[in-house]
Amino acid sequence: MSAAFRQRIHSALADQQVQEALAAFAGRLMRERRSSVGQEEFPEYQELRAQANLIKRHTMENLDHYLEILCRKVEEHGGQVAWCRDAGEAQAFIGQLARERGVRLAVKSKSMTSEEIGLNEALEHYGVEATETDFGEFIVQLARERPFHIVAPALHKNRRQVAALLSEKLGVAQEEEIPKQTAIARGVLRKKFLEARMGISGANFLVAESGAVVIVENEGNARFTTSAPRIHVAVAGIEKVIPRAADLAVFLKLLGRSATGQPLTSYTSFLAGPRRPGEMDGPDEFFLVLLDNGRSRILADRDKRQTLYCIRCGACLNVCPVYRKIGGYSYPGTYSGPIGAILTPQLSGITYEPELPFASSLCGACAEVCPVKIDIPKILVELRSELRKAERRESRGGFGVQAAGWERIAFAVWAWLMRRPRLFELAGSAAQVLLPADRDGGWIRSLPGPLQAWTRWRDFPPPAAHSFRQLWRQQRRRRD
Amino acid sequence: MPAREHILHKIRTALGRNAGQPPAPAPPPRLAFAPASPAELIRQAIDRFPGKAVRADSDQEARDYVASQINGSRAIASPAPLLDRLGILTLPGVAIAAGGPDQVQRACAESDIGITTAEYVLADTGALVTLAGVRESRLVSLLPPVHIAVAPADRILTGLEELFTLLPDPAALSSSLVLIAGPSRTADVEGVLTLGVHGPRELHLVLVQ
Repeated sequence: MSAAFRQRIHSALADQQVQEALAAFAGRLMRERRSSVGQEEFPEYQELRAQANLIKRHTMENLDHYLEILCRKVEEHGGQVAWCRDAGEAQAFIGQLARERGVRLAVKSKSMTSEEIGLNEALEHYGVEATETDFGEFIVQLARERPFHIVAPALHKNRRQVAALLSEKLGVAQEEEIPKQTAIARGVLRKKFLEARMGISGANFLVAESGAVVIVENEGNARFTTSAPRIHVAVAGIEKVIPRAADLAVFLKLLGRSATGQPLTSYTSFLAGPRRPGEMDGPDEFFLVLLDNGRSRILADRDKRQTLYCIRCGACLNVCPVYRKIGGYSYPGTYSGPIGAILTPQLSGITYEPELPFASSLCGACAEVCPVKIDIPKILVELRSELRKAERRESRGGFGVQAAGWERIAFAVWAWLMRRPRLFELAGSAAQVLLPADRDGGWIRSLPGPLQAWTRWRDFPPPAAHSFRQLWRQQRRRRD
Repeated sequence: MPAREHILHKIRTALGRNAGQPPAPAPPPRLAFAPASPAELIRQAIDRFPGKAVRADSDQEARDYVASQINGSRAIASPAPLLDRLGILTLPGVAIAAGGPDQVQRACAESDIGITTAEYVLADTGALVTLAGVRESRLVSLLPPVHIAVAPADRILTGLEELFTLLPDPAALSSSLVLIAGPSRTADVEGVLTLGVHGPRELHLVLVQ
């Protein structure tokens, strides 16, 4: 594990405020999701998940086809498409566009893709101030932090911290009432909205056959961003495309419920091109920035391709026992939680933070709640195996994730034992006798010797009273 | 190689596809819905609407309801034929959105109430379906702190399935279709729900016969 990764984890674990926020709000999002997908409220849930998975799979398997249709349709509606191979190309396109149009101020609605390409910092170099307008994003931007959670960027901050931050950065009086804090942000951002000449949004979906960008939100800041300024730029990864508007009947129902337990979020915008002749308002120009940035490489791997199905609902973060302890800032890269643990190594290269795929207990909760049925644990295991293979190819020492010497020996002994049934059984009986009696409700609180490392943070399940082999023999005897 | 060709080439190589190769058939869209009687649709829409929904049995009733909400404040209305027919555009305190986008925006920013039509209402969620156009604005339903939508009672659909059956491609009609399923809201700090962040905190729906 890199020292920086370890350091971030330790500071998150030591931060009482972050721990309380995680327990309270990730837990709340988790419960709200669960009660919104119950059999009674949402009987078609499993069927819709299967359909969503099918549509994503079909679209990814024919991605070039749908991107070409999308591109043609956007242009038919008077928009322009900028294909960008990487973050640098996307930054340069948007920066130069802003410079050519004389844009000094751009308003932004929440977009993880724009975080991924570091757009705000890049625009500063072009002399453009980019202001985040989602309340949570506005807070983390003022604090010069990054989003702590995919759908709740400021989940880690409490009202006192927000009060201090608003007071320090905006010169207003300390205000600890949350509705009043929201009103302060509304006032500041309203001015920016009316002044900005460019609005930058992300996209939850790109509808190929309509040439449309679909944006899902609750605050109305995305509607403002995409409708008030003269120029609208939407930034989206190439994997966001779906074939038809009709497919939204499936995805919108899953996205709102999985993210916040809402059957439908307050606003869903379906936008195709700029304002048309005669339309009362809307932008004069529309640009779609289509970003690859490593996605086409992920596509090449048949098994891990499903990583690209993700609709960024954040449900896997809320249920993850690891995310719920270490929080969003421990993860390297833009995307945190289980989806980040499989996406970041594939976008940034597996050796970027080699320990990342190991930061999981493989409990499977993420796969269970994923609305598009991404098998995250399976991909984590594959990434681990790839990393080990890459390590073996390296002549010297690997990437710092070298398994401890005794761990390797333990696995070698285990493998040797597993191939010798009699000895294995004998070892099992021996363990029964040798395991410590220091038990709490049956669980073993501490193991001897080097095994202590395991029980330092976890309990160990006690051995069963009868081994599987014993039960099997009894069954056979009874039947005979 | 230009970026577009380069990216498409990488995708095709990754997938083992050739340029122009037709895709496998797409999974059929899932659009089945159970029809409901008009009375049932009205009942559900009013029940589930995320604000105050009223049924007006006459044009007069609709106009009176809107007038009672305006009650001395400044309102801005889209110049929609339905609002015109109902006499809402000539109510005291109502300005009609007009001119270019900048003028519409300025007028909206100074108004307390925005009045628009809704193209449809979805019975399952109570969501409004709004379409921007020559006589319908994007900003009137967004900038003022109160939004009043007016819709004919026979424009209630069961849900998204029926909507996309009727409008398989909303982009053919407008640059902007917006589903409004609640007031502007945030729960970004401590999960505390606050209404009226950037858009309206209050929603009204008037269903007219």
